Amino acid sequence: MKPASFDFLCPVTLEEALAALAEVGSEARVIAGGQSLVPMLNMRLARPALLVDIMRLEALRRIETSGEEIVVGAGVRQAELEAWPSLLRDLPLLAAAFPWLGHVQTRARGTVCGSIAHADPSAELPLSLVTLGGTVSLRSRKQKRRVKADDFFIGMMATDLAEGEMIEAVHFPKARPGNGYAFREVGRRHGDFAIVACAAVADDRGLRLGIAGVDDRPRVFPLPALNDDQFDDAINDIAWSLNARDDIHASARYRRELVRSLGRETLKEASRCRA
Amino acid sequence: MPRMNAARRHPVDFTLNGRTVRAEAENRMLLSDLLRHEVGLTGTHVGCEHGVCGACTVQIDGKPARACLTLAQQVRGSDVRTVEALSPDPAELSPLQAAFRRHHGLQCGFCTPGILMSLDALLRERPDAGREEIREHLSGHLCRCTGYATIVEAALAAAEEQRKEEKPNV
Repeated sequence: MKPASFDFLCPVTLEEALAALAEVGSEARVIAGGQSLVPMLNMRLARPALLVDIMRLEALRRIETSGEEIVVGAGVRQAELEAWPSLLRDLPLLAAAFPWLGHVQTRARGTVCGSIAHADPSAELPLSLVTLGGTVSLRSRKQKRRVKADDFFIGMMATDLAEGEMIEAVHFPKARPGNGYAFREVGRRHGDFAIVACAAVADDRGLRLGIAGVDDRPRVFPLPALNDDQFDDAINDIAWSLNARDDIHASARYRRELVRSLGRETLKEASRCRA
Repeated sequence: MPRMNAARRHPVDFTLNGRTVRAEAENRMLLSDLLRHEVGLTGTHVGCEHGVCGACTVQIDGKPARACLTLAQQVRGSDVRTVEALSPDPAELSPLQAAFRRHHGLQCGFCTPGILMSLDALLRERPDAGREEIREHLSGHLCRCTGYATIVEAALAAAEEQRKEEKPNV
């Protein structure tokens, strides 16, 4: 399994990268850490005419706090965010998600934004971004725009990214003290993509449950309090509202059962963590 | 930086096992193939070629990484270490390799170079690594012979030995 041929560009300015993306259009792909894209190249599921390597663009390699958001640039590797000193305080949901996210060996190279761009329906970072209500900054030669994560993921490995555009950064809302966050998943082996992954937030607005691995993209739902009479019906309705399918890894019925049981456990943990 | 044509070979300058190397590669060449076919270091093994098995794991800038998920062009200017760097003398085993031998941490040996490179990076960064951390790092590797238990024992023994060496007077 070897990639098909492609031209390669390793720009040192963002303008140069955006000009190449504008010129080549849909036949161009951005490569950062390559941990999602290179398997696609190796299996020839992706056959771009041009790869634009953005890892020498220093401006994209930063983690910054901007008001109530943590801004993670497109060149930030997963291991760099995992080791970021304020992670546990400012992004506790991600701190809980990281141990499930691939392996040490892939996190060392793979970027946060790369996983968002790849939009695997069972991936942990898209799920976390959607559950927290984060946004994605997109950039093309002509314009800059911000898209809500919930609108960015539009289907199985499909995003709102337009021709000539690239992700410049993702914005995670900063955790508020006293809110509860939890992340759990079930997979065949540690580090595999999840069969079902759940992320939960408990704050003054109530409970929210994010679910990956069931529908064609991560989905997030508000829920009544755990001790509410309507809780069981509500989580069951969510399980049935997702478009679960049978596949080689699990049946649709098993996935719905995981939404109910794992979802409840994750929400329970988030509620407990809420001060 | 000009656009590099798909049909040509382009230079890749990097540090390999402590030496500066200039190799040549097409854009589509993977680091695993660069190491094996262009440089001639066949210690790095190629298994699944999509990042699942871990056999091709090398160290890039000190961190374990999949050579099959890295394009040769992506390591320009980087520091790459392969299993060939573990022992200074080809006739001798490194302490980690020796522990694998003592504890039967390998049978067929196909997965071993990748596992060694992951564990070498772990023990360098975290000399106090215990069973859990070792198992966490091993989760990125498939071994179909050993059942992993002997690999964990070998890694624990190597860590212990390394700690003793660092504190000779204790």
